[in-house]
Amino acid sequence: MTAADRPVGEKRTVRVEVDRDACCGSGNCVLTAPEVFTQDDADGLVLLLAAAPPVGNAELVRRAADLCPAGAIRVV
Amino acid sequence: MSAVEAELPLWPPVNPTRGPFAPLDEAERQRYVGPVRRVRLPTGAAAWLVTRHADVRRLLRHPAFSSDVNRPGFPLLRPLPPRLAEDNKGGFLQMDGAEHARLRRMLTAEFMIKNVRRIEPLIDRTVEESLDALAAAGPPADLVSTFALPLPSMVICHLLGVPYADHDFFQTRSRTLLDRGMPPERIQHDVGELRAYLRALIDAKRARPDGSDDLLGRLIRERVEPGELDVGELVGMALLLLIAGHETTANMIGLSVLLLTREPGRYAILRDDPDRTADLVEELLRYLSIVRTGLFRVATEDVEIGGRAIRAGEGVIVLIALANRDEEVFDDPDRFDPYRQAHQQVAFGFGVHQCIGQPLARAELRIALAALARRFPDLRVTAAPEELTTRDNSVVFGLDALPVTW
Ligand code: HEM
Ligand code: SF4
Repeated sequence: MTAADRPVGEKRTVRVEVDRDACCGSGNCVLTAPEVFTQDDADGLVLLLAAAPPVGNAELVRRAADLCPAGAIRVV
Repeated sequence: MSAVEAELPLWPPVNPTRGPFAPLDEAERQRYVGPVRRVRLPTGAAAWLVTRHADVRRLLRHPAFSSDVNRPGFPLLRPLPPRLAEDNKGGFLQMDGAEHARLRRMLTAEFMIKNVRRIEPLIDRTVEESLDALAAAGPPADLVSTFALPLPSMVICHLLGVPYADHDFFQTRSRTLLDRGMPPERIQHDVGELRAYLRALIDAKRARPDGSDDLLGRLIRERVEPGELDVGELVGMALLLLIAGHETTANMIGLSVLLLTREPGRYAILRDDPDRTADLVEELLRYLSIVRTGLFRVATEDVEIGGRAIRAGEGVIVLIALANRDEEVFDDPDRFDPYRQAHQQVAFGFGVHQCIGQPLARAELRIALAALARRFPDLRVTAAPEELTTRDNSVVFGLDALPVTW
């Protein structure tokens, strides 16, 4: 990613999709972007708190997608 | 073995002079670090060695690599002990696909961040009690046997519902299992004893259901009794958690204290700037990377990794400790930098087997190190790093002992 892709104080939000079948419940996304991701109390798999994350979270969401060990997060 | 294979460099290289902080010395780096290459294993077989951060992540996330040690071509550092089907039950670390997901998913909620937050008071209490005992006994002390090892062991016992009073029994045996130098018969014998011990514990819990709020009690009630989970599988899951849950964090605590107290400023960060502890723990995980001999997989399809064609049936060794020293990702990677953002570290692995206990391990490390620095601000290690004996033969690297005073 180049610096131009991530202006400081980014206004635009991103859309996120998660694949619960692929998720292994590592919780990395929750650690990285707690305003966007959580884990299901029943099975520990990922749940989205908001498909369109609060403004200002775009960078963290991309980081969460990159750090997801199972490749279960897609930023669209 | 062909003549060509006999000339391949041997993995892992034996070298007791490296000291506790370098996964490899300079000469060894020339031989092993960089593009994917062939190595020879102590069993005589050849395997691929993968060391770059990008290659490591791609491989561990790729579905065409299996963790099943019984598959032909799986890279082994010692011959497999003869195993019965019963011995493999429940050990999802060595399973793939749906079989792996089925068992792992029975545990993921137990170890997720919000549940670990709930048990932080238990970790706090355990830490404070251990440190009370350490203070009362007075200096000098061996920090491994008095603190680093008992803490994670007490916590995992409490969570599982295994009596901590039996810790000598399972600690000596779990150390055997992790030791590459042990003969296969001995491993098989000790696995048998551990399984029998856990089986008896689980049978006793089933015979006298007391509604106990521990992991084994819950899994018995919610999975075993309704017929979703076989008792042999529960034994294997408990065994995996018991072993993975204490040697690892224990070795991280010991090595972390050794590293942090080498420069007074570093150790003081824990006390003076507690908000930094979480980031500091990530850098400790990166720099110390205690799973140093690598993660082992066998290809199930032909795949290209790092420009090399790896064929179905070939073994690969994935060096997360070297990926954590990759200069493409970490500036000046051989420097320990308490102010680094090390979130890209892969000390817990990557892919669907990534450590299930990582929220617990992080909480234990954070709480243990912060409390130690607060209560023992003048803690000093009384031996030079070179004088300390290290577990070079273990799957999980660590110190045998850490003499300290204060
Ligand atoms: C700092 C401490 C720890 C480190 C460095 C560590 C490291 C690792 C690594 C590298 C793996 C991946 C193995 C593979 O891909 O083949 C793993 C898996 C695992 N760890 Fe940890 N671990 C730690 C603490 C813990 C704790 C406290 C627990 C207890 C709950 C635990 C339980 C497990 C289990 C059950 C697996 C198997 C997961 C699977 O196969 O799906 N670990 N760990
Ligand atoms: S990081 Fe990926 S695998 Fe881990 S909980 Fe989030 S979505 Fe699931």
